[in-house]
Amino acid sequence: MSEVIVITSGKGGVGKTTTTANIGTYLSMKGFKTALVDTDIGLRNLDVVMGLENRIVYDLVDVVEGQCRLKQALIKDKRFDGLYLLPAAQTRDKTAVNPEQMRSITDELRQDFDYILIDCPAGIEQGFKNAIAGADKALVVTTPEVSAVRDADRIIGLLEASDVRDHMLIINRIKMDMVKRGDMMNIDDIMDILAIDLLGVIPDDENIVISTNKGEPIVVDEKSLAGQAYRNLTQRLIGEDVPVINLDTNYGLIDRLKSLFKISSSR
Amino acid sequence: MDLFKSFGGKSNSKNVAKERLQLLLVHDRADVSPKFLEMVKGEIMNVISNYVEIDEDGLNVEITKERKTDDTFVPALHANIPIKKMKKNLR
Repeated sequence: MSEVIVITSGKGGVGKTTTTANIGTYLSMKGFKTALVDTDIGLRNLDVVMGLENRIVYDLVDVVEGQCRLKQALIKDKRFDGLYLLPAAQTRDKTAVNPEQMRSITDELRQDFDYILIDCPAGIEQGFKNAIAGADKALVVTTPEVSAVRDADRIIGLLEASDVRDHMLIINRIKMDMVKRGDMMNIDDIMDILAIDLLGVIPDDENIVISTNKGEPIVVDEKSLAGQAYRNLTQRLIGEDVPVINLDTNYGLIDRLKSLFKISSSR
Repeated sequence: MDLFKSFGGKSNSKNVAKERLQLLLVHDRADVSPKFLEMVKGEIMNVISNYVEIDEDGLNVEITKERKTDDTFVPALHANIPIKKMKKNLR
């Protein structure tokens, strides 16, 4: 049984593409056949985050227009078996595809894949409508800022209105030091406000920039906290019974060694 | 604004963010336009004017939030209607 999951947010720049790349990569690491679909026609980026930008031959619009078969447009990931990308067209716009065509593509992908992740463009217009058309479930990405949470609320309303009632929240780029100072909304503050369940939280982590520079999703990095957080939320996504990662007590390896050293030296 | 004081010098801007967000969402979710509020204001004024003399410039109608006992917020239509005087013959 396969599942089509759309990653959306309303506001741009909150981490939809990074989230799509990381969840997809970890799903394939766990042995699930996974397809990533970039629906941001005209502004594609998922290929870059995955490090696959040099392998694109055909794209989503070519498939829709019958220039190629779906399987020809799917790019195999360079690291993991069972992970494929369907890139968006870069030289067209959102109107090149309609929701019915998107639904038929996701339906065709269901035959070969366990998970189909749809990277949604920012905004609430045609691109959004295309992205959610074939989705069983939505992951709403936000950051702990007034503007991003406001847009998340709007998106949740639109998902409900479009009958995508299975949706969960991902809070990205949380800075625990600012939360402790009282200068950033914490998880509870945001959950008080939005009518949605929490899938997971991702800390703000410089390593994300480094991994995006290289085109390697951070989830493969055993040590980074953001990588750990993406593994945690993906486990929860596939129904594993694990609690949301505790960013307060979850230090990296070096911090753990440091605290160990402190304890032993004080004795 | 007492929030600032109660945290002993901490800036605590997250409470400002949360308050602003809650008010913003009350408006977004209620989906009311200025035109809607003007219409409500006009009708209220007409009805009330039958009974009391009101200060039309001081009349203020707005959508705000109201804290319920379980600490959640619901939208509320707030009308502040300054009365000049009661109409004698109707008292």
